[in-house]
Amino acid sequence: MMDVGRHPNVELMSFSEVESVSGFVGNFHVTVRKKARYVDPSECTACGECEKVCPVAVPDEYQQGFSSRKAIYLPFPQAVPSSYVLDMENCLGNNPIACGKCADVCEKECINYDDQDELVNFEVGVIIAATGMDVYDPTEYDEYGYTRFDNVITSMEFERLICAGGPTGGHFIRPSDHESPKSIGFIQCVGSRSKDGRGNPYCSNICCMNTVKDTLLLCDHYPGVEAKVFYMDIRAFGKGFEDLYIRSKEEGVKYIRGIPGDVVEDSQTKNLVLNVENTTTGKIEKHELDLLVLSQGVIPRRDGAQIKQLLTLSSTSDGFVMESHPKLKPVDAPTKGVYIAGCVESPKDVKDSVTQASAAAARASILLNAGKTKIEAITSNVDIEKCNYCDVCSKVCPYNAILSADKKTNKPPTIIEAACAGCGACAAECPQDAISMRHFTDEQIMAQVDALLSVDPHKHLIVFACNWCSYAGGDMAGTSRLQYPTTCKLIRTMCSGRVDEKFVLQAFRLGAPMVLVSGCHFSDCHYINAVHWTQKRMDRLWNKLDRLGIRADRLQLEWISAAEGQKFAKVMRDMEEKLKQVTEEEIEYTMKKLEEEAKKEEEKKAKKAVKRAKVTQDQEVNA
Amino acid sequence: MAVKTKEPEELRIGVFVCECGLNIQGTVDCTSVSEYAETMPDVVAVIQNKYTCADPGQNEIKKAIAEHNLNRVVVASCTPKIHEPTFRQCVADAGLNPYLFEMVNIREHCSWVHQGEKDFATEKAKDLVRSGVARARFLQPQIEAEVPITKAALVIGGGVTGIQTALDLADGGHKVYLVEKEPTIGGIMAALDKTYPTMDCSI
Repeated sequence: MMDVGRHPNVELMSFSEVESVSGFVGNFHVTVRKKARYVDPSECTACGECEKVCPVAVPDEYQQGFSSRKAIYLPFPQAVPSSYVLDMENCLGNNPIACGKCADVCEKECINYDDQDELVNFEVGVIIAATGMDVYDPTEYDEYGYTRFDNVITSMEFERLICAGGPTGGHFIRPSDHESPKSIGFIQCVGSRSKDGRGNPYCSNICCMNTVKDTLLLCDHYPGVEAKVFYMDIRAFGKGFEDLYIRSKEEGVKYIRGIPGDVVEDSQTKNLVLNVENTTTGKIEKHELDLLVLSQGVIPRRDGAQIKQLLTLSSTSDGFVMESHPKLKPVDAPTKGVYIAGCVESPKDVKDSVTQASAAAARASILLNAGKTKIEAITSNVDIEKCNYCDVCSKVCPYNAILSADKKTNKPPTIIEAACAGCGACAAECPQDAISMRHFTDEQIMAQVDALLSVDPHKHLIVFACNWCSYAGGDMAGTSRLQYPTTCKLIRTMCSGRVDEKFVLQAFRLGAPMVLVSGCHFSDCHYINAVHWTQKRMDRLWNKLDRLGIRADRLQLEWISAAEGQKFAKVMRDMEEKLKQVTEEEIEYTMKKLEEEAKKEEEKKAKKAVKRAKVTQDQEVNA
Repeated sequence: MAVKTKEPEELRIGVFVCECGLNIQGTVDCTSVSEYAETMPDVVAVIQNKYTCADPGQNEIKKAIAEHNLNRVVVASCTPKIHEPTFRQCVADAGLNPYLFEMVNIREHCSWVHQGEKDFATEKAKDLVRSGVARARFLQPQIEAEVPITKAALVIGGGVTGIQTALDLADGGHKVYLVEKEPTIGGIMAALDKTYPTMDCSI
């Protein structure tokens, strides 16, 4: 901690939050909000005089509420930066006339009640998200009595009670009578590997070994103490882990295979009685304990949505952030130049966190050392000949990468290639078909539609799938070997916002019984909000189909994330059922109707072209 | 930026069907898919490999590009998420613009999800190859823009992971902005007493 605080290459911005991130690999523009600390960290010497005079006492979060702190406080003695901070919510100094004691005693005069948040902007080439985890709150497991019984604590609370820097100076006591407990129990998997809807279904990875460690600490500090661990399975899989587990058993810690059904408190002694089926012996046992520790699981950060939105990260089904590839790119995010490390990716211990941290740093260094990188040539391009300066494109672009057209001066729109991320929403929305997406052109995609439907068109479900979520969701279904019918044929676009109305209509015109457009969930959209255009276009298409007497629900829209392999397979099965209900007559009618429409459209275009040619001719004559 | 090149006089498409050991071949009859590919217009070479991504498979692609003067390459194998960069590099090594390469996913989207339906899966693989070849006909060479990398990193989160990441990058000589939400770095690790397996202090 100290090293990073004083490293000349590290600019530490504590008490700060990333407000916005824009740009692309190598060129991210970042805005950070430095929250008002009310104490100047560069001046504060952590002398502690302010704390002595502060009249406010509130529960100390760092000590899990076992002790109190003042409104002006140092989070803990080794804090970096080593500077006090003023908790303005609890400070009376909001109105300095009311108090102002701390400012009076601060010799360095570094307390400023009028401190304001500050926005700081800078540029970076790479971003590493290491936002960590939260711990599971065991309140909903009411049978363990965490909120009802004084002597039921969590593993995080245990850490503070056993710690020399804790509220009791490392004297391990139980909350009810401040006596040293002689018998201590641990219940494992609280909030983990749960099947009853409470907590989470996954294994939290660290809790078994954390409890093994806790029992060893107890045996070390209090020889002769009785420790019992109630578990389903002890997962001691890491290097040196089994040794610790064996040591713990040799120290006399009892490991009982069975999770207690309920916990009862003796109202006199405040001791706890556990009823548990020992699944090794098959017998119901009663255990009386002085103190019970709930080995709480690990959960994704409760405020995790924020970072996911800032960096367009997706989640796996457990809520942790999804990596680019589970084996080959475990610390890369799908966005180039963005990396993930530590518990933001999955629950892990210190060693694994440090390993991933170094991995992410090494991955990021590749780009930083190279100094340059190539970006995919998937950007949009305007055909000035076709453009009529309507300026729809610049309004559609989520990246403001298109400079507006101007009808009066006949100025066509200009695409800033470096800012274009390649979603293709502009190409799909352009009424004149004047914009083409490199590598995902209309003719390329139409060729796929035509080719697929050139053989047995009635048997194909045409699926337009966005590259980042739905196509990857299909990959996930594949990796998980989830089976579904063979009718679906995917056409990949970078974003569902690229799916032009004419692709869908062409599929129906050629006899496709069903068309599915699938993209990212709104919050996951890889292109900020391009997926909104998908929704708008689909609404227009449904109306159009309706108007033409074509059953609108033959066109379906689904949001499938990269982690939702199961959903992908289910959607494909559901589509198959819908496809079976489409009749030959319907398809024939659709083909005929759309053929007529296409002809009408062509005639209209031809007339327009003649008219335009005439106007140009007249203008030339006039000139 | 699209490269302005003379339109090739004729399309010469090579199709490479990958068996991926038994991952694809176990469900999809790759020989049947290859035979089908041979019937497609402008397809001048069809080569079936056990593992197209492996060196021998890639060498076959390079060899075929030279031998048959291919100007479009279609590989029917796994998801482009894994090997599109591999094959783009492979065709580039053989002197072809990497954007003249097209990938068809007959593993994740076909053999792995239709395991009990060999005939239908084979038909689907043919459909997907037909679609890929159709797209390949319209592929254009592209030039990738090169962008500079700002020599600085943002690390979000000052727990043990963020600290280690920042230190590694900083020790490597890079400027690092380490942003932490709380008034101090340390995160959950700082609230622990001892950590396993070394049983030493967390801070």
